Amino acid sequence: MAKIIVVTSGKGGVGKTTTSAAIGTGLALRGFKTVVIDFDVGLRNLDLIMGCERRVVYDFVNVINKEANLNQALIKDKRTPGLYILPASQTRDKDALTMEGVQTVLDNLAKDFEYIICDSPAGIEQGAQMALYFADEAIVVTNPEVSSVRDSDRILGILQSKSLKAEQGGTVKEHLLLTRYNPERVAAAEMLSVADVEDILAVPLLGVIPESDAVLKASNQGAPVILDHESEAGQAYLDAVSRLLGEEVEHRFLEVQKKGFLKRLLGGKK
Amino acid sequence: MTDVCFQMKGTAVTAVVMDLYNYSSGVFYEQLKQKIDTAPHFFNASPLVLNLSSYDGLLQSEHLSQVVASCRELGLQPMACKAAPEHLLGAIKKLGMACLPASNARTTKIEAEPVAQVESPRATKIITRPIRSGQQVYAEGSDLILMAAVSEGAEVLADGHIHVYGPLRGRALAGVKGDTDARIFCRQMEAELVSIAGYFILNDKLREQCWKQPAQVYLEGESIQVAAL
Ligand SMILES: Nc1ncnc2c1ncn2[C@@H]1O[C@H](COP(=O)(O)OP(=O)(O)OP(=O)(O)O)[C@@H](O)[C@H]1O
Ligand SMILES: [Mg+2]
Repeated sequence: MAKIIVVTSGKGGVGKTTTSAAIGTGLALRGFKTVVIDFDVGLRNLDLIMGCERRVVYDFVNVINKEANLNQALIKDKRTPGLYILPASQTRDKDALTMEGVQTVLDNLAKDFEYIICDSPAGIEQGAQMALYFADEAIVVTNPEVSSVRDSDRILGILQSKSLKAEQGGTVKEHLLLTRYNPERVAAAEMLSVADVEDILAVPLLGVIPESDAVLKASNQGAPVILDHESEAGQAYLDAVSRLLGEEVEHRFLEVQKKGFLKRLLGGKK
Repeated sequence: MTDVCFQMKGTAVTAVVMDLYNYSSGVFYEQLKQKIDTAPHFFNASPLVLNLSSYDGLLQSEHLSQVVASCRELGLQPMACKAAPEHLLGAIKKLGMACLPASNARTTKIEAEPVAQVESPRATKIITRPIRSGQQVYAEGSDLILMAAVSEGAEVLADGHIHVYGPLRGRALAGVKGDTDARIFCRQMEAELVSIAGYFILNDKLREQCWKQPAQVYLEGESIQVAAL
């Protein structure tokens, strides 16, 4: 049975698409056949971050409207075996996705894939609700600031009241992913700490992804940051994937780096 | 064999108690009207017990009739007088009301009253999941027990008491149908607002006492009290 995981946040620009690309790639690297679906109709970002924008011919909406079949629309990732992308369309309006259409596509994907990652659009309205409706699990992406945490709280409420799982009396499994974490700014009390966010949201912590220039570099190159093993962000995403698979891994990159002798000698890398 | 016509049961009735201090006709009516206008929902058809123990001087029986008439006109249901002096007993009977002794004899006597409204047993509502921002939970006709957090931006309401075992960061309103005996109990007080029977206080006031501590909230007269647990 395929597991459907939605990557959601409420607030925009917190790192959902970056996370969807990284986690999807990470699961495929671990040998699971994985598809990442871009639910952000009208914006289309995932294919850019995954570096496959030039290979988009048909998209999610074409499949729903039966203008193309699933195999025509699915893009096979060039770098990572077992990884596929179902892109969003750039031109259509937000109402192009229908509940029945989404369900049919997910049902068909579930026959073939082990993980289905749904990259949600921002907000808590229809688009975001569509992306989370069929989810078994949710990765709630949060930045360490009050407005982002509040939005995550709202989306958690929607998750447990307006998803299919909730309607059937069950629960969607929750994971908290804190991204763009900057220990210096936490120490300076300019940002909430991991403990603050955990205290407010009370959701198990899947990972903490540090703020890192490697993320921008990766998305400019169209290669998910998890492939950059040198970067802290890449390593933190690898850890998060391990935790998602049930492994116990200690959290890293939470403290301000004391620049040691060797680090200084080598110039230290971000 | 004849069928049993009735069964006697003990019960407690929620009623408003009016402590009458003094009386002058126009003034009483105006003040009562003003009071009711502050919470019409709460007072509507509420059973009323008139407590005369604090009355200053001697209440004349015609004034008592006027008090009762005003109460009835304004939608209350006066059902008994408490601590009535000897000379009023006849008048009270004529008004179709019962006499209650002065001290706290509530357990022994109330069952004998003409019961205006019998409460059914409350089935407490228990919720184990957190109540998140934007969500609302209402326990109608019952108490509400919340096992996890109530987030900022969430709202929990009950006709009865509210118990919160996680942090209370949102809004909690107990006794929303006017039960002034309703209370709020929480393990960690960080609420945006707490309210009992329509009276409320806000976050700024709450920060002065028991902030982030175990606390209970109850009504004393018209004033919301917060006390450590
Ligand atoms: N760990 C990080 N360190 C530094 N920059 C980051 C990090 N994560 C994300 N970003 C940057 O934040 C911006 C938003 O990221 P992303 O597009 O993944 O967010 P999103 O939640 O999908 O946004 P939207 O709500 O618009 O879909 C991008 O410029 C990305 O490079
Ligand atoms: Mg995005």
